[in-house]
Amino acid sequence: MPTKTASPAKRNARPADGGHTPETYRRWFKDMLLMRRFEEKCGQLYTMQKFGGFCHLYIGQEAILAGMVTAMGQDDRIITGYRDHCHPLVLGETPHRVMAELYGRTTGTSKGKGGSMHYFDKGRHLFGGHGIVGGQIGLGAGIAFADKYRGGKQVTLCMMGDGAVRQGILHETFNMAMTWKLPVVFIIENNQYAMGTSVERTSNVRELYTLGESYDMPGEPVDGMRCEAVHAAIAKACAHCRAGNGPYLLEIKTYRYRGHSMSDPQKYRTKEEVEQYKQQDPIEDVRGTLLRNKWATEAELEAMDEAIRKEVEEAVKFAEESPLPEAKELWEDVYKTPDYPFIKD
Amino acid sequence: MRTIQYREALNEAMSEEMRRDPNVFLMGEEVAEYDGAYKVSKGMLAEFGPQRVIDTPISELGFAAIGVGAAMNGLRPIVEFMTWNFAILASDQIINHAAKMLQMSGGQFHVPIVFRGGNGSAGQLAATHSQSFEAFYANIPGLKVVSPSTPYDAKGLLKSAIRDDDPVLVMESERMYGDKGEVPDGEYLVPIGVADVKRTGTDVTIVSFNKMMKVALAAAEELQKEGIAAEVVDLRTIRPLDTATILASVRKTNRLVVVDENFPMVSVASEVAYRVQKDAFDFLDAPVLRVNQADTPLPFSTPLIDASLPNPARVIAAVKEVMYLRK
Repeated sequence: MPTKTASPAKRNARPADGGHTPETYRRWFKDMLLMRRFEEKCGQLYTMQKFGGFCHLYIGQEAILAGMVTAMGQDDRIITGYRDHCHPLVLGETPHRVMAELYGRTTGTSKGKGGSMHYFDKGRHLFGGHGIVGGQIGLGAGIAFADKYRGGKQVTLCMMGDGAVRQGILHETFNMAMTWKLPVVFIIENNQYAMGTSVERTSNVRELYTLGESYDMPGEPVDGMRCEAVHAAIAKACAHCRAGNGPYLLEIKTYRYRGHSMSDPQKYRTKEEVEQYKQQDPIEDVRGTLLRNKWATEAELEAMDEAIRKEVEEAVKFAEESPLPEAKELWEDVYKTPDYPFIKD
Repeated sequence: MRTIQYREALNEAMSEEMRRDPNVFLMGEEVAEYDGAYKVSKGMLAEFGPQRVIDTPISELGFAAIGVGAAMNGLRPIVEFMTWNFAILASDQIINHAAKMLQMSGGQFHVPIVFRGGNGSAGQLAATHSQSFEAFYANIPGLKVVSPSTPYDAKGLLKSAIRDDDPVLVMESERMYGDKGEVPDGEYLVPIGVADVKRTGTDVTIVSFNKMMKVALAAAEELQKEGIAAEVVDLRTIRPLDTATILASVRKTNRLVVVDENFPMVSVASEVAYRVQKDAFDFLDAPVLRVNQADTPLPFSTPLIDASLPNPARVIAAVKEVMYLRK
């Protein structure tokens, strides 16, 4: 019998709906629905063996990215781990190119060389997409270091899962980022399971927002099922960084409805636990707000959903019709220096 | 021409490049206020200030990662490790992140970073402090590895490394920092990927690099007294390997000994020997021999060190073997 190890995050007090414009709610709804429909499709296609590699879905966690992008600045930087299909989407990349990457096509965001775990978008300041758990924590501080070095006002949003916080690099990075007052918001997306290992089984310290305390880093917990709460926390943390106060730590409590990856039988948690979280679904919540305030009609929201489903279908078609890389591509993008003399015999 | 120490040559390389490009900075343990654990960065804090010459805590993985992240975001970091032996802690960032970023991002993010520090054995420091890492890192596509043996090459190669758009690892030696050599006053670069024939000869080729060049050259000097003219090729860069220079020399001398401080298994010598048998098989008059550090961790006690590390006597013996002068 799996032991019960997690319970729904305590809901922060709901901010008045009036805190945000109808446009913001519509954007949240649209962004989250795009992520949800895209990921549902990814899950289907993966099961149909349309593409290989790993496939870690974000379903359930969408309020984090939706609330984050409306709170951050245009030039702020993002870096994350391997659950990263939705990051380019919410930043404005087309689902076509994101899907094409999953298919390993030349039209993909990394020309088919990165795959599911390695989404980058330099133009939109997405610094990856990293498959080594915790590797991005130090990289994120380095990105912030460069901005501070140049006297820029950008903030780096450095995302990680609850599994990554148990890597040693977190402590080295937290210490240096605080010592050097780097403008970086460390964001723990606590979906409560590092693959199949619950937070409770990895440490005595379960309130992850306290992990910065040894380094005097301010931190706070955030309800990750509510866009309003995420938006408010990110806005506050970014303002703290931009004012030159150094890093800020947010533990965003969330839940993934799907397994760690597509091959996860999920024996470590109960169906009831998953259902409990689905009751707080962030998309349904925003839908409720839009309807309750008559900021949108059922029909409008349905039409939005239809349009998104169609766009995702088109993305699949685009990916499937896109060319696979030619063998000569193997030698491209390994060195920036032209004409590197590879060993070929 | 003036003579300066190897450490001074490295210092000049970094200082000149930092004057030239405000995006270049130096970080590492003891590089600033202590003036460098081996005084390589002496005086740089005074010239460039704490924004560009940065002391780090003892956190090799963490500061290597901060360097890689800064390079992704437009800077050109020089990350000093007190020795490459300690950089094993940072190898995830070097191997999994710096080396692979360009490919995994489909060409979007390159990582113009220099990792540098002492490499190999450095006196009686026992096993964890006495390893050479040229072969370890040269195995990894996406990296470049240079390992200069003279102050001239050290300065020219480090300057090239700092200007390079790819991650470059510079392998120095605690045992060479005090070595003096001729270095011209004016600016110059030594290109990455080009070996240098440090001594010409016709009877046998000795290929080496880093401080083992001292062993190779001392052996060549001794051999000369016996009428054997050894050509000594200094690889200078390990990845990419300058195979043309090696092959040209072997095609002339028909015999090859490789002197390499790395452990013998999959060493630099292994790769050189493979290349030569592949591309100069018909020119060889004898099997290629190698002189490596012994296939054991390097212990503390002096007689055991002497029994392990390459020395002129072992090189001379190997040369005589490829020349069929001894059994």
